[in-house]
Amino acid sequence: MTLYFKYLLILFKSQMQYRTSFWLLSFGQFFIPFSVFAGLYFMFERFGDLKGWTFYEVALCYGIVHMAFAISECFVRGFDAFSSLIVNGEFDRLLVRPRGTIVQVLGSKFEFTRFGRMLQGLVILFWALINLPVSWSLVKVITLVLMIAGGVIIFAGIYMLGATLCFWTVQGLEVVNVFTDGGREMAQYPLNIYAKWVTQFFTFIIPFGFVSYMPLMFILDRADGHPVLYMLMPFASVLFLLPCIAIWSIGVRHYRSTGS
Amino acid sequence: MSAYLSVIRLRFINGLQYRTAAIAGLSTQLFFGLIFIMVFVAFYSGTAKTLPMSLSEVVTYVWLQQIFLSLIMLWARDNEIFGLITGGNIAYELCRPVQLYGFWSAKLLAQRLANVVLRCLPITAVVFLLPQPYRMSLPQSWTSFILFLISLLLGLLVVVAISMLIYISVFWTMSPTGSIMMIAVASELLAGMIIPIPLMPEWLQKITFILPFRWTVDFPFRVYSGHIPPAEALWGILIQLFWIAVLAGFGMWCLRTALRKVVIQGG
Repeated sequence: MTLYFKYLLILFKSQMQYRTSFWLLSFGQFFIPFSVFAGLYFMFERFGDLKGWTFYEVALCYGIVHMAFAISECFVRGFDAFSSLIVNGEFDRLLVRPRGTIVQVLGSKFEFTRFGRMLQGLVILFWALINLPVSWSLVKVITLVLMIAGGVIIFAGIYMLGATLCFWTVQGLEVVNVFTDGGREMAQYPLNIYAKWVTQFFTFIIPFGFVSYMPLMFILDRADGHPVLYMLMPFASVLFLLPCIAIWSIGVRHYRSTGS
Repeated sequence: MSAYLSVIRLRFINGLQYRTAAIAGLSTQLFFGLIFIMVFVAFYSGTAKTLPMSLSEVVTYVWLQQIFLSLIMLWARDNEIFGLITGGNIAYELCRPVQLYGFWSAKLLAQRLANVVLRCLPITAVVFLLPQPYRMSLPQSWTSFILFLISLLLGLLVVVAISMLIYISVFWTMSPTGSIMMIAVASELLAGMIIPIPLMPEWLQKITFILPFRWTVDFPFRVYSGHIPPAEALWGILIQLFWIAVLAGFGMWCLRTALRKVVIQGG
């Protein structure tokens, strides 16, 4: 773990050498998803509500998912950009070092400019929170934090799966985007508006439902059941991550260097 | 002219090499299309208001958007040209006995066409077979369809003319990041890529009408579904021609000015 933070610090310092570029890119990242959010806002202005969901409720959902996505893009970027490690043979070097592969791949790259995106998620999150008539309690606050953390873990798991595929395909695959970008686009709305097969897939296979939709119902006082149960739901993401790690280690054992 | 045509042909063949990527992109586009439609279906099902666009028109709009994505999206950029400008290889480009503006435009045009040719046929076949409400509908009439094809091609020329302006701006800024991001964000919304323009609030619609962006996406797609009737579409096509002339003229002028004072760093 200390190794991870050392990687983090070194790469942060190196990225900070290009300060202007860093700020410009972060600034851009702040605005990129902005048009998507504007679209969402205009849709609500036109239609009033979405199957009983108000604008601020959906904005809360949006904020949580986008925060989680931005954090995962920033800190799990190593797996997202993994195919380049394979293509140029860098991965061989990681294998001969006496440390775990996961930490090293994680530490191979960070994308700090995603702070801009994170900030946008945060702004929208707070905007929604201020305008929602929710009675807050400690359990709810913890739930909210766990939702974001759970989202990060799910995205991390998907990146790992995508990276594992590279052991066989060498090149990165665009299909993985269905689950990362697609998962983000989809989870920014409450899951119950979709067709049943989508909801089921993204609840029981990739547990976005346990991380965003169901705890969200609890925070908005729409669900009855024990609060602690809802608070613990985001931990379903860990259940998703474990097989991903297992598949990753199978992949590592199958690895054949490209020789370059 | 034949020089430009062979540039187009070469680029086209080059683009056709990435077949696996195209297939992978196909499933991504189908998935995104389905998700967007589901969101629209949910919005439409809960409202009793009369809306400026029917659901089936919106569904058709979303699919056309996915089918022709690489033709019309503005932020698909050719890093090669950026590299030429910032790296100094522009010197070679200037030695060629063709006009630079036409040369680069032909390049961009061919790339977009190649991408779309690979992707559009299979995805079109699939979306016509989907169950309701996801199925794409046929064009309203033959006239609409022909006008759609014309307006789509003219829209493509508008996109190329706008992106040429972005490339030319790099002569001054030397870094493509900042300016492009801002334009990409604004244009995506103003072209109707995020939500169809008739669904936007009045004030924003007025803004889109005075800018060139909506002629690239919103206009051709609504001509297809008959939401814009043929008579009105003819006027629209005239406006498209006007924008192409303005944007290309301005682009050529900018390029001439830029080239007159361009300094090529040796090496």
